Amino acid sequence: MELDAKIPSGELERKWTNHQFEMKLVNPANKRKYRVIVVGTGLAGGAAAATMGELGYDVHCFTFHDSPRRAHSIAAQGGINAAKNYQGDGDSIHRLFYDTVKGGDFRSREANVYRLAELSVNIIDQAVAQGVPLAREYGGLLANRSFGGAQVSRTFYARGQTGQQLLLGCYQALERQIAAGTVKMYNRHEMLDVIIVDGRARGIVTRHLVSGKIESHMADAVVLGTGGYSNAFFLSTNAKGCNVTAAWRAHRRGAGFANPCFTQIHPTCIPQSGEYQSKLTLMSESLRNDGRIWVPKLAGDNRPPAQIPDSERDYYLERLYPSFGNLSPRDIASRRAKEMVDLGHGVGPLRNGVYLDFRDAIARLGKDGVSERYGNLFQMYAKITGEDPYSTPMRIYPAPHYTMGGLWVDYDLMTTVPGLFAIGEVNFSDHGANRLGASALMQGLADGYFIIPKTIGSYLASAPRAVSSAAEAAATDTVRHVEAYQKRLLEVRGSRSVDSFHIELGRLLWNHCGMARNEAGLKEALRKIPELRDEFWNNVRVPGSGADLNQSLEKAGRVADFLEFAETMCWDALTRDESCGAHYREEHTTEEGEAKRDDENFAHGAVWEFRGVGETPVRHVEPLEFENISLSQRSYK
Amino acid sequence: MKLKLHVWRQAGPSTRGGFETHEVVDVSPDMSFLDMLDLVNERITVNGGEPIAFEHDCREGICGSCGMMVNGIPHGPDRLITACQLHMRSFSDGDELWVEPWRAAAFPVMKDLVVDRSSLDRIIEAGGYISVRTGSAPDANALLIPKPEADRAFDAAACIGCGACVAACPNASAMLFTAAKAAHLSYLPQGQPERLQRAVDMVALHDEEGFGNCTNHGACQVACPKGISVEYIARLNRDLVRGVLTGVGME
Amino acid sequence: MNRGISLYGTSVGKKVVMGLSGLLLFGFTVGHMLGNLKAFQGRPWDGVSPHALDLYGEALRNFGYPFLPHYGLLWIARIGLLLAVGVHIVAAFQLWRQSRRARPVAYRKNDSLVFSYASRTMRWGGVIILAFIVFHLLHMTTGQAHPEFEYGAVYRNLVIGFQSPLVAGFYLVAVGALCLHLYHGLWSVIGTLGIENPRIERVRRPVAGALSIGLFIGYAVVPIAVLTNFLTLP
Ligand SMILES: Cc1cc2nc3c(=O)[nH]c(=O)nc-3n(C[C@H](O)[C@H](O)[C@H](O)COP(=O)(O)OP(=O)(O)OC[C@H]3O[C@@H](n4cnc5c(N)ncnc54)[C@H](O)[C@@H]3O)c2cc1C
Ligand code: HEM
Ligand code: HEM
Ligand code: SF4
Ligand code: F3S
Ligand code: FES
Repeated sequence: MELDAKIPSGELERKWTNHQFEMKLVNPANKRKYRVIVVGTGLAGGAAAATMGELGYDVHCFTFHDSPRRAHSIAAQGGINAAKNYQGDGDSIHRLFYDTVKGGDFRSREANVYRLAELSVNIIDQAVAQGVPLAREYGGLLANRSFGGAQVSRTFYARGQTGQQLLLGCYQALERQIAAGTVKMYNRHEMLDVIIVDGRARGIVTRHLVSGKIESHMADAVVLGTGGYSNAFFLSTNAKGCNVTAAWRAHRRGAGFANPCFTQIHPTCIPQSGEYQSKLTLMSESLRNDGRIWVPKLAGDNRPPAQIPDSERDYYLERLYPSFGNLSPRDIASRRAKEMVDLGHGVGPLRNGVYLDFRDAIARLGKDGVSERYGNLFQMYAKITGEDPYSTPMRIYPAPHYTMGGLWVDYDLMTTVPGLFAIGEVNFSDHGANRLGASALMQGLADGYFIIPKTIGSYLASAPRAVSSAAEAAATDTVRHVEAYQKRLLEVRGSRSVDSFHIELGRLLWNHCGMARNEAGLKEALRKIPELRDEFWNNVRVPGSGADLNQSLEKAGRVADFLEFAETMCWDALTRDESCGAHYREEHTTEEGEAKRDDENFAHGAVWEFRGVGETPVRHVEPLEFENISLSQRSYK
Repeated sequence: MKLKLHVWRQAGPSTRGGFETHEVVDVSPDMSFLDMLDLVNERITVNGGEPIAFEHDCREGICGSCGMMVNGIPHGPDRLITACQLHMRSFSDGDELWVEPWRAAAFPVMKDLVVDRSSLDRIIEAGGYISVRTGSAPDANALLIPKPEADRAFDAAACIGCGACVAACPNASAMLFTAAKAAHLSYLPQGQPERLQRAVDMVALHDEEGFGNCTNHGACQVACPKGISVEYIARLNRDLVRGVLTGVGME
Repeated sequence: MNRGISLYGTSVGKKVVMGLSGLLLFGFTVGHMLGNLKAFQGRPWDGVSPHALDLYGEALRNFGYPFLPHYGLLWIARIGLLLAVGVHIVAAFQLWRQSRRARPVAYRKNDSLVFSYASRTMRWGGVIILAFIVFHLLHMTTGQAHPEFEYGAVYRNLVIGFQSPLVAGFYLVAVGALCLHLYHGLWSVIGTLGIENPRIERVRRPVAGALSIGLFIGYAVVPIAVLTNFLTLP
């Protein structure tokens, strides 16, 4: 597997501009002759499809959702970063670039991150022009807030629905192109394979989720914007439909998978309330601006929180990180919470949370002041837990939230399979080992609106057109392969539900490849996952048939992929014998208990090559060079 | 808790459906309504049956996927939430629940509780956008938008496209959805140039899709998980009348 | 004209037509109610014929004479009313059909969430009103449904007509239905016509309530006064 990142030469600040100039262009009159498939209608896929349609390409866009507007991007709450420096607090493209590389614990590519910071500015302009109602000040100017881990106010937001509003802007742009006939939309179509012709991606195979029809769709290039894989853990903050299937099937066809073990755990989610629970709910990180996190000093303390005096509370983040306190970065806040719970200081009926207390904020700002800022979040919390956060502290606990790992892509966002591109959360590009809050939306939109529409032209202009007979044969083959796979799933006719396997896999990953990992645990996981996979293929029960709407079948395909993927994820965690960002190996900690990087041996992206189910995948590396930022130990003390 | 659940089962778009009754035991009050359905489905699956199909994704009230009538009320008896945010503590032990899909000609049932809401997408396609090219936007702060206007636009923009308004409306009208989208754009300066045309096109498509007309019943607002106000419908009505009478959108 | 037709082609346009015709009809009902109250003028009836109500009817018939022919205004008004009722009914029927088609399968269990119960009675309420109007014209205007109709003797026709509790009862029910219709209609028409004004918004509901209750009382007192022998023949 060849890993050429194709980073343009020249100064960091000029790379993207120069590159755009050097790229080959497709003649406007010819664009219509090029068909581009976009899978996914989240911020990345939706923006890409709309923009490429507008440019004149013949775009075919797919989603398994019933409407493009339902992509998981809709759920993002907090905000989107942009180096606009509207607050005049010293922000700049360079600072956003620096913060992102540092926040990612120096495991991302400088050139990509710089371009992201550069484009962040255009995203906000674009969104506002589309009518996205970003928050305003009384004077009519855009408002900003500061967000986890940043010391400038650069986060734009739309109440607690930033993702929804940005996605609606994107969806409307997409609908406009659909109306104009430049984009053909395929709702309720799940992509199940990539069609490769002479080593290039030339199409996909989909299943129509209502009729069950499996068919091929051909194109000159395929773009995946299919989101992240946090649901490998079963319980996560992601929407239930999020999965690794598109990425994994591309991986099986030759696309390298980079850094799968870089998974982010979000510190402020509502703890699980029982075994039956299907989904964890994120409480916006902004709550940490005013809430104070604590646990009882005495392990196993049974008293209601109000009866525990201050002297018997441990405000552990404030104690350990006096300057950042409750606002320390996600990975740190998460790990400390887990530590507290593991030490028996957990609170709540299942002892699986820590308190996020607004008592002092209410005393300072008044109940109205707090409700002004967080009213809707408090309401949401009350609805879910049945407790009133104004009178009793919230309980929170970390949960899987975002995946930095993903399909390896070069500077043009192309995977190791020519003609197959990956954008948004499904690629690995910009966040290194840890993503800063409010940066995923930015990345998805930068990829979709501004990068892929340009880089794809360069590919199309230079790639040979497919020979139709070879393409037809490949399409028929791939369809057959997908049908056979589906048949196998349906024919197991065992006795356990798909969910029960997913739950078991999730627990296994959470315990051994979750917030903290160690060699023994990972090895155990690598032993148990294949066992579970075998059991799945012998004992899963997928009711119904493939010829109609069958949600069990959909889930079964996704869980089958998670069962293969999980192994690669554990291999990655095992072989990355250092701690960095969200990847925390217990063997590698500083004296203060922080992640300890090993830049000498691991300043690289690890890219996995598929060798067959159950076969040990092959690890390749893309070395990372830091020319503009000097590597330093992250410190948030 | 123990419940008696009557669920609508329908194998496909063109088959006849009917109610199926389940006695559900061991329901925890902390479960969400969808967790409860998961539990029922797990039991059905293990016993060799076909689980109940229902749509869901985010499970936190934002994607608009979930939606079903629970005892004759869209998203269930609690106000301002979606079905996935409904918790079993809103019911009591021994309750009898009727669960039905949204019913509207423009929302054909695909299976069990799953309906096809693509008609709502087509209403947006008809004009629910601002025509702007990617990359050609002026600086975001070049346009000042007073906060009250921005807030009004936002209240309308909060619509999640769930279709509860249609489900609740005695006329099966989608005017609340249509009006919310139109108002989101018509309160913003960027939305002015296409404002009347948008109203005309969206309403025309609304009617074409087979939704009912709005006679101001107000049930939609009560059912809407995002509390979208029927006042937006008045705004859309006015824009439509102005649009048609001034000749916009007549070509 | 073309534009008017395209407006009518939309569901909103039909509603606007209903609203405008409804307002016109409302205007008539207010005037008619005030006219009816003339029955109380000069009570107890001194036996001098004609009664104030008769004179009022006469005056209406001769309004504008000699510039307008006898019955001129009356016919203009009648035609206007007829047209208004006509389009009101046609639009109502078309909209009713549209919404019936929009929900071919009813809910097994349905808990109505409408703002006010009145909105659910618009259609059958309208039918009652229509039936009433037909009966009422045969009763008070042309006399076929009246036991002792005497042309021009409006007051006499009225008292004799309401002496049957059954007939008076029907009037009360119908007027009740009308006022329920208007309770929703007057509130609703503001939205239909796209009037967006926070001050109107605030008083919309109470004003609709006050007008419709006022109208109900204004109408109902006449049959009640006859039934209770407050209004009598000499
Ligand atoms: C609760 C929550 C809050 C968040 N808050 C923030 C925030 O405040 N700020 C921030 O920057 N980021 C936030 N994030 C992260 C951010 O929302 C996501 O990373 C981002 O939206 C991903 O966008 P995407 O376009 O890559 O993918 P998605 O939005 O996940 O879209 C994936 C698309 O691919 C389609 N798809 C997937 N697989 C297939 C297939 N096999 N066949 C067909 N279609 C397929 C799906 O239908 C969907 O349309 C949050 C995430 C969560 C979970
Ligand atoms: C002849 C029989 C009548 C029928 C069948 C009828 C039917 C209807 C119907 C179905 C509506 C629609 C409900 C709605 O849109 O909210 C309506 C509205 C209305 N009706 Fe009638 N109606 C009749 C008579 C009247 C009369 C006599 C009046 C006035 C005195 C009247 C005044 C109104 C008003 C003001 C509205 C509100 C229109 C709007 O919301 O814009 N109607 N009517
Ligand atoms: C208790 C209530 C009512 C009373 C006592 C009453 C009385 C009368 C009388 C006495 C007449 C004959 C007038 C004349 O010939 O000069 C009349 C005519 C009429 N009334 Fe009523 N009325 C009542 C309610 C209504 C209502 C509710 C409506 C309509 C919704 C209505 C509509 C009419 C109409 C259309 C005419 C015919 C006018 C004409 O063209 O001559 N009335 N009414
Ligand atoms: S208006 Fe409300 S009920 Fe209707 S689709 Fe939007 S959110 Fe759902
Ligand atoms: S309930 Fe229906 S009638 Fe209009 S006000 Fe709402 S759409
Ligand atoms: S599942 Fe997304 S709104 Fe209910």
